[in-house]
Amino acid sequence: MVLLFVCFCLFVCFSLLVLLELSLMLALLTKATQFFSSGHTNNWAVLVCTSRFWFNYRHVANVLSVYRSVKRLGIPDSHIVLMLADDMACNHRNPKPATVFSHKNMELNVYGDDVEVDYRGYEVTVENFLRVLTGRLPPSTPRSKRLLSDDRSNILIYLTGHGGNGFLKFQDSEEISNVELADAFEQMWQKRRYNELLFIIDTCQGASMYERFYSPNIMALASSQVGEDSLSHQPDLAIGVHLMDRYTFYLLEFLEDIHPASQANMNDLFKVCPKSQCVSTPGHRTDLFLRDPGSVLITDFFGSVRKVEITREAINLTNPTELSLRNELKSEALFYVDQLPVADIIHQKPKQKDWHPPDGFILGLWSLILLVFFKTYGIKHLKHIF
Amino acid sequence: MGLLSDPNRRKAITSLTLSVLPDVVCYLAGIAWFMGLAFEPFTLRTYMSENAMGSTMVEERFPSGERALATAREFAAHKKKVGGMPVDWLVKTMRAQGLEVFTQSFSRNLPFPDESKERFVVRGTNVYGILRAPRAPRTEALVLSAPCSPGNSNNQAVGLLLGLAQYFRSQIYWAKDIIFLVNEHDLIGVQAWLEGYHHTNITGMGYTPLQGRAGSIQAALSLELNSDVVTSLDLVLEGLNGQLPNLDLANLFHAFCQKLGILCTIQGKLQRSDWDTVEGYTHSAQTMLLMVLKQASGRPWGEHGLFLRYHIEAASIRGVNSFRQYKTDATSIGRLFEGMVRKLNNLLERLHQSYFFYLMPSLTRFVSIGYYMPAFGLLTTILLLRALDLWVHLGTPTPVTEDGVGEGESPSSPGLLSVLTPVVISHLTGVALYTLPVLSQEMAVEHFPVSETEAVVLTAIAIYTAGLALPHNTHRLISGEGTEQGWRVLKLVALLYLAVLLGCTALINFSLGFILAVTLVPAAACVTPHVPKALSAVAMVLLSPGCTILYCVFLFQELQEVPVSLAEGWMLFLSVISQGILDHALYGSLVYPLLALLVYPCWLLFWNILFWK
Repeated sequence: MVLLFVCFCLFVCFSLLVLLELSLMLALLTKATQFFSSGHTNNWAVLVCTSRFWFNYRHVANVLSVYRSVKRLGIPDSHIVLMLADDMACNHRNPKPATVFSHKNMELNVYGDDVEVDYRGYEVTVENFLRVLTGRLPPSTPRSKRLLSDDRSNILIYLTGHGGNGFLKFQDSEEISNVELADAFEQMWQKRRYNELLFIIDTCQGASMYERFYSPNIMALASSQVGEDSLSHQPDLAIGVHLMDRYTFYLLEFLEDIHPASQANMNDLFKVCPKSQCVSTPGHRTDLFLRDPGSVLITDFFGSVRKVEITREAINLTNPTELSLRNELKSEALFYVDQLPVADIIHQKPKQKDWHPPDGFILGLWSLILLVFFKTYGIKHLKHIF
Repeated sequence: MGLLSDPNRRKAITSLTLSVLPDVVCYLAGIAWFMGLAFEPFTLRTYMSENAMGSTMVEERFPSGERALATAREFAAHKKKVGGMPVDWLVKTMRAQGLEVFTQSFSRNLPFPDESKERFVVRGTNVYGILRAPRAPRTEALVLSAPCSPGNSNNQAVGLLLGLAQYFRSQIYWAKDIIFLVNEHDLIGVQAWLEGYHHTNITGMGYTPLQGRAGSIQAALSLELNSDVVTSLDLVLEGLNGQLPNLDLANLFHAFCQKLGILCTIQGKLQRSDWDTVEGYTHSAQTMLLMVLKQASGRPWGEHGLFLRYHIEAASIRGVNSFRQYKTDATSIGRLFEGMVRKLNNLLERLHQSYFFYLMPSLTRFVSIGYYMPAFGLLTTILLLRALDLWVHLGTPTPVTEDGVGEGESPSSPGLLSVLTPVVISHLTGVALYTLPVLSQEMAVEHFPVSETEAVVLTAIAIYTAGLALPHNTHRLISGEGTEQGWRVLKLVALLYLAVLLGCTALINFSLGFILAVTLVPAAACVTPHVPKALSAVAMVLLSPGCTILYCVFLFQELQEVPVSLAEGWMLFLSVISQGILDHALYGSLVYPLLALLVYPCWLLFWNILFWK
């Protein structure tokens, strides 16, 4: 009896242990799958401030605060294209020269010591912006001014300035429309210049800028809906201008809590600056994005996390001679493999489908009805039909 | 077929213009529209239009109001010791504050002595210091000026100016150079400085060229302060020839008054909140009428008035110390100026976003040109209706004539020639009115026991009155063309001439055009040779430009709540005439030549028509 009881306990403990180990392995496995789920190998950021003049100080401060966060989370200057339309730090009217503050009472200087501006002043034009995105730059352009992304790059694009319904104003003289932007992103897709794209815009009526996107793998956030104005945060009474816009202010506060290993995902980013704080209603668009936003980490776009897989096994590398044989085999005409059937994705039905019974069931049901009918009324009635 | 050549339409027009009812309706509507402009629901609230001077406010930190007053006392002592402008002391003080100091001497011989300021040959020196912007190129500048007045006035203004200069010197956020100007002999000094700065010589002033310069001036503020504490600050906007600065400057002033809690007035009147009562409406109407009268006079009512000619937006701020409990000290006034100059420092272009033509029934309400012009338009419509009526009458051949069949001809060629004589003679009288008073003052002084100023003014009035006798004389020169057609053609020409004249005047100086229209349009519309002569002669004289000036003088005194008796009013009227002639000679004001050379001959034409035989 006692022996039986001891055996039973041992069995229970053993099964518990097995279950624990299994769950641990499962968790590890999900973590591992999650770790390798995004599929990108490098990160880029394109940060653009489109307004000039002293009273648009806040737009420069917006961009510099995102730049600061992105750099802190690991993206190097060589992978950041920073476009500032005016120089606020050295503006004659700045009572604190060589600084750009984002919090009043001069708590945080986002200009810092190591800002690298790639496009400055009058170089920030619609043409230059589109050339950076599509990669059509003259051969003499230095590397720091190029977006050298490939098909495994995650790109963060942040725009701020004055905007309206369907356009963003560049430097008081020209505008970029939402159609142009969508076409530029489609060019980027067809040239395989990005893996996934996160587009954030902080202007008045910002949601109109992402309405026209039609390329896959784009997630977009905006600070206000069509018909609403994005408002600025508090002014600084010593400098005499508004220092930041509300949306980017709360975005900066949110990003200050993110560190390279944090697991915060995009759903948290969507909650930044609710209407009570922002006065405008921030919007987002995820229908073009393949992955579930809840599984997308913030650091997938804002940080540059190197994926390292530690293995204890030896890995067999193939013989170089076999490689050359394979090359000879592939000497025929090359064409792009259809990586993603885009047309299906765009036009497919929504993923959350209601459950339909399988088609065979209907057929079986009808045959059953027919059988019952003929059973009741006898088979001899068949000849009346035929 | 055209409107005037189609006989049916012509008949319709004739029926329209034959009666006086449209004229009366238009006239009353014009006056009612103008008076209605002061009614608050018809006005707009002022707002800041310039983006660069936006909504954010800086915390002003000017600390040394008391030190400014001490400097003012020192300035007063030196001024008394020197007996004029203490140039050396000013140069030394400004240099000690770190400004680049320069002086300019100027001299001007007035055409005749100015009895209100007791000067004839003016010689003086301007002192100005330039605060260079620490990091900016020297392309733009702002001007702060205070006058050095004789006696005990405006000492505190100079003291505050020097205090501000010292405070501004220690700040690094200036994007434009700031020029601190202390000018002698008020407007003449400012005129000399401006002419020297812009390398022009419009008024015959003699001055030494400016040694130091700062770039193109974007805005200017002029300060007049007579006491250590003030109860309110008055904003003066009217400038030379009725030109006004950009409304944004007034908005800026009001914004800072509200922020610092200082009482601000315009035309010396505080704003009232009870616009729906009769007193509230009369208050706004009085403020607006004061602005209209000041603008119509065409003289600069503050030192800022001369800056406007050079497209520099400028305003004068005057401190008023009256019997009120709450006093504002010099530190607050200094902070107001610091705030205003710092906002002007943020400008990227000259002020141009807001209105240039407006009327202000109070400091926070304005009426723009689009709202007040129809009042004038209604008055001009009367002239055009009368002209149309005359044209129609001249076009239709008269059925019965006394002189013969020659009247049925088209009247253009003989008609115009007959008209030419009165026109030429009227204009020659106008030229005489313009040139003779100043030229003949020595001769008048020899023969009559009057001073030069009185001689000039009385000569002007004499020529004006002599013009009344012209019709009796000119008829001898006209070769018997005293016909019905003749006076009609003359009236048509005169009506069109008056309409064009008043229209052009109203575009540049709405107040002057409107006031002239109010008195001249009824006279012009109603006068014909067939009205009773004595009565209409008296009416025409009462509606002539000279008497208009007289009424305006009395009205101005009433509105300022300093009513005058008839004798005093007459003396004021004489001084207004002498000031007008002096303004024209010294600063290039155009009111006197306009009235003498164009409006008065036009009125003489109508006077000729009245006495047409």
